[in-house]
Amino acid sequence: MTRTILLASTLLAGFAAHAQADTLRLLTWGGYAPDEVVTMFEEQTGHTVEVTKSNNEEMIAKLRATSGGGFDLAQPSQDRVMGPQMEFGIYKPIDVSKLNQDLFIPSMLKATMANTTVNGDVYGVPHVWGTSGLVMNTAEAGEVVKDYADLCDPAVAGKVSYRLKRPTLIGFAFSLGEDPFAAYGDEAKYKEIMEKVEAKLIECKANVKTYWGGGDELMNLVRSGEVTASMAWDTGGWKLNDDNADITFVAPASGALGWIDTFVLPAKGQADDVAYEWINFVMQPEVAAMITAAAGNFTASAGADEFAEEGLKAKYQASFPQEAIDNIKWYPPVPAGLESIEGEVLDRVQAAN
Amino acid sequence: MRNQSRVAFYLLLMPLVLWLGLLIIIPHIDMLLISLRERVSFGVYDRSLAQYEKALTEPLYLRTFARTAVMSVLATAITLLIAFPVAYYIAKMARGRLQQVLFLLCLIPFYVSELVRTFGWMILLRETGIVSNLLQWAGLADQPVEMLYTDATMMVGLVYTSMLFMVVPLVTTLESLDDSVIEAGYDLGGSGLSVLREIIIPHAMPGIVSGCIVVFMLSLGNYLTPTMLGGKDSLWFTEMIYNQFIVRSNWELGAAFGFMLLVLSSVIVWGMLRLTGRTLKETMG
Repeated sequence: MTRTILLASTLLAGFAAHAQADTLRLLTWGGYAPDEVVTMFEEQTGHTVEVTKSNNEEMIAKLRATSGGGFDLAQPSQDRVMGPQMEFGIYKPIDVSKLNQDLFIPSMLKATMANTTVNGDVYGVPHVWGTSGLVMNTAEAGEVVKDYADLCDPAVAGKVSYRLKRPTLIGFAFSLGEDPFAAYGDEAKYKEIMEKVEAKLIECKANVKTYWGGGDELMNLVRSGEVTASMAWDTGGWKLNDDNADITFVAPASGALGWIDTFVLPAKGQADDVAYEWINFVMQPEVAAMITAAAGNFTASAGADEFAEEGLKAKYQASFPQEAIDNIKWYPPVPAGLESIEGEVLDRVQAAN
Repeated sequence: MRNQSRVAFYLLLMPLVLWLGLLIIIPHIDMLLISLRERVSFGVYDRSLAQYEKALTEPLYLRTFARTAVMSVLATAITLLIAFPVAYYIAKMARGRLQQVLFLLCLIPFYVSELVRTFGWMILLRETGIVSNLLQWAGLADQPVEMLYTDATMMVGLVYTSMLFMVVPLVTTLESLDDSVIEAGYDLGGSGLSVLREIIIPHAMPGIVSGCIVVFMLSLGNYLTPTMLGGKDSLWFTEMIYNQFIVRSNWELGAAFGFMLLVLSSVIVWGMLRLTGRTLKETMG
């Protein structure tokens, strides 16, 4: 019943806005704005949506280059909202009252709003969430690899791949028994942890086949059997699971790393009302389920689970027993300055022999 | 009358001035200014040479810088060695239709984009790829062979990518060499080697130098090939610039790297011209 009312009210809101057709320039990740959802939205509201696919770093670089212009809605991860906002001022505050807050999972909405608040203004609301951990062939590497640091085990030498990016540093830090998130406020301590991780990654380098860059590259490596254990996103493992039942996503012993991709309004966005409409539209459980089907990740939409595909739910439950869910390490906002420490570590690891 | 021709001159000059000014000079000045500042705190910057100091004192950056330069020079030399006989055959030995067909064959790989060409190499050379399977089938290897992610593979990719840019100027200069001059060289008792050294190479020099300059610039500024074929040990200077700008959001250091690359390529091109005793005017004109 409530759902029908919700749907009806969004439809009404859609009709009200119909009078003025605008273009929404959306900067997002692959799979977050599937064609069918875009078409539905365009038919209902009369607006047009231009989708640009990107990733966290490029989103921020693009918005920084134009001081927040060129797009009306962007979707960086929640840990990348506060820092760039303080540094470059590329977003504008979100008026949460324009959103239908009942559509969100309350705890996730609250946590994201708290993590993206700068000077009392809220800059982000949650959309899609997921984790990174181990994608591996359980038949070949399942016995050896239980945690990130096990990727350095001689038993899997030459059959390992991970990215040379910050999630790898964070994952290895946890797996070495440290808590990098607790050291976010303490630069000296964080540097010490990163040095430990650097030593481990350099030692581990001989084990690595290659550092993967894009998701498809890793899919190919794992599917062909050239790589048996890797650090990657959960959806990658679940997708490969369809082709080969031995390959799946495993939550590492030290905890999977949880991320939430948000909605933010770029500072010079020109279609805020359409942006709010889009958010309200895609957070409806039925639409959110379509996005889950396309992206492979679950959304912060309350009640969308009901509409999610059975196969995906089964894979999710197999990868995440209750204690693994409780053990997920959610990324807190990155303070400025840490990324340059990480950058130098990553450069040195790449250059090491 | 004179005024009119002057207006026409300025009008004709306009596109060039706009192109140079808007797309090359202004962005470079902006880049230079960015490279000369240092972040103090949120949104606050100071003028300083800190970025250059960092780039020149951190051994990692210097090593990558040197490595990129040396590998690019090597790639240029290998390309020249392979392209010279090819160009000589096309210009001097092949006749009529065959000449055109051969020239076209050099051109065909460039019908597809660089990304697709690089992917082609990856499909051939990967552990489960065609070459590896062929070797196993022929009994030359008893287990899958990994040929990707090494410096040698990267070199193959770089040479392949820049081949055409060496062949074209070489063919053009070699074609202008009169066959009778070569015959005269043999008539006067020259051996194949001395004819090559005394007649052909000196004549082809403008082509060699301009081909080398283009190939060197292309290799130095290449981003795709080193990243995709080079694997975990590949560190190319362009990759570091991309990392600083996009991944680290550190435009200041990235801009400093960009200028170092600009200076490096200018110095090496200048050195190349000095070494061969040529001026830029002779080579380009």
